[in-house]
Amino acid sequence: MAGKREVGEGKFSPKKIFVYMSLIVGSLVSLFPFYYMFVMATRLNREINQVPPPFTPGKHLVENFQKVLNSIDFFGAMWNSFFVATTVTLGTLFLSSLAGYAFAKLDFKGKSILFGMILVTMMVPPQLGLIPQYYIITTLGWLNDFKAIIIPGLINAFGIFWMRQYIKDGVPYEIIEAAKIDGCSNFRIYWNIVVPMILPAFATLGIIVFMAVWNDFLWPLVVLRDPSMHTLQVALRSLNDARLLDYGMIMSGTFWATVPLLIVFLLFNRLFIQSLSEGAVK
Amino acid sequence: MATTKKSKGLTEKKRTALSAYLFISPFFILFAIFGLFPMIFSFYLSFFRWDGLNAMEFNGFKNFSFIFNDPVFFSSIKNTFLIGIMGTVPQIVAALLIAFALNSALLRFRNTFRTLVFLPYITSIVSVAIIFGLIFNNQPFGFANYFLSFFDLGPIRWNADYWPVKIAIATMVFWRWVGYNTIIFLAGMQSIPRELYEAAKIDGATVGQQIRLITLPMLKPITMFVVFTATIGSLQLFTEPLIFLGRGLREEGITMVAYLWRDAFVYNSFGTASAAAIVLFLIIITLTAINLLITNQLGRSKKVS
Repeated sequence: MAGKREVGEGKFSPKKIFVYMSLIVGSLVSLFPFYYMFVMATRLNREINQVPPPFTPGKHLVENFQKVLNSIDFFGAMWNSFFVATTVTLGTLFLSSLAGYAFAKLDFKGKSILFGMILVTMMVPPQLGLIPQYYIITTLGWLNDFKAIIIPGLINAFGIFWMRQYIKDGVPYEIIEAAKIDGCSNFRIYWNIVVPMILPAFATLGIIVFMAVWNDFLWPLVVLRDPSMHTLQVALRSLNDARLLDYGMIMSGTFWATVPLLIVFLLFNRLFIQSLSEGAVK
Repeated sequence: MATTKKSKGLTEKKRTALSAYLFISPFFILFAIFGLFPMIFSFYLSFFRWDGLNAMEFNGFKNFSFIFNDPVFFSSIKNTFLIGIMGTVPQIVAALLIAFALNSALLRFRNTFRTLVFLPYITSIVSVAIIFGLIFNNQPFGFANYFLSFFDLGPIRWNADYWPVKIAIATMVFWRWVGYNTIIFLAGMQSIPRELYEAAKIDGATVGQQIRLITLPMLKPITMFVVFTATIGSLQLFTEPLIFLGRGLREEGITMVAYLWRDAFVYNSFGTASAAAIVLFLIIITLTAINLLITNQLGRSKKVS
């Protein structure tokens, strides 16, 4: 057995069979719910309500989606999700990198204590303050307003931590010193030198933040009461909460809500996986 | 040092410090308003009776005694732990297994498999809960019941009976997170130096010995991270039961955050909900402390050896 294969490994060694079997089973388990969702999205309720249930796609994909459009403002909700997720992502990237730059490269009193405080905030369960947060939002008059999601969403301790790490290793002191001698202000150094140098860190953190906001459910459920303000996740839930369950329609809504993320994921697959495992293993 | 450019009488050092404070202040200001203050206010609120509209009414520890006398509250704690264990323990074992297979030198199409296994993680929890809601439908046409009918079992009332509810929700947790943890484990395995395995092979170690003596010990910090995040994640379980059980949140499947949410936003009982939040907080802090203690212990024993 030449080449990369290890000595003594035949074409069908037990080890190889084990490796492939576990991966094939794992992949099938991963894929099945997606397939099932697609099948149900193409079927009418009476077809779904049969025993055995259908296991091949039907012909009612368009019809089911039409029903979704009649029940909820699907594209409006998708736009809301897109708007909120994009705004929070851009804002978080800006604020996290700015703070990360300060913690990585600037000297000031209380630096390590303040940074320690930021890390501690990561430990606190977000649900603890849920009720007062809701009350603050009400007092500010931000109920049913995207500000309720965007402004609190800008606090991101992990983002600052991540950016500090990256800027510390990725931006050499000499460049900053040189810019200082040329009379650059600290903000100009950040904007003109640091930002262009940390674009990969922006990409990875951006993906993590965007996905978290896009998929968030509890907070939007609490503060976005008006159906016209619903994000996709909240709208999907209201679809699912109707009294008469039309499974074909619900699955169609879920399916079309999942497709954009699937496309983005398949496009940026490598970056996605890399960013998440880096975030964990750092 | 170029100090010629300083303006307004500030030294360069002071100016830098000033910019630094400016750069980090948004976090602290926003955190004070939307993080710290609500947290403190939650403690305060847990001693009051409040429906969110009328005046707050001090009632001491009554909120706490109310939730401690509410059997549903205990069910919610119990459910959170049971579903957490049922969802995460098999998940971590499966993730280790799949990561090990993905890391195998014999493997082709590694990237394809990696992508497929990771796919569930990008789905929103709401979508997962809706899809599995149909798979675990009480009717005979639900996939799980149809499958069981081959073994002359069921139909099972998945969203009503004690264990079936928990199995269904744990399955959702398992499915969405197993691929994520696989990727984390894989990243950890790939950072183990190859020479270790080569040396072991020369010494005649079997595959089993390599896993036991090299892979698992070297993965300890990653495993701790995975256990840690999975624990915290389980304690915050909310979306799956809410979607799967609907507004009513049956006692068989209600979790702690779901209990908190229902008290506050369905029953408008903000005081008892805050009391539940405090108890949740204490449980999370305790588990975090235990987790950190174990991690430190492990770190120490590693240094000695």
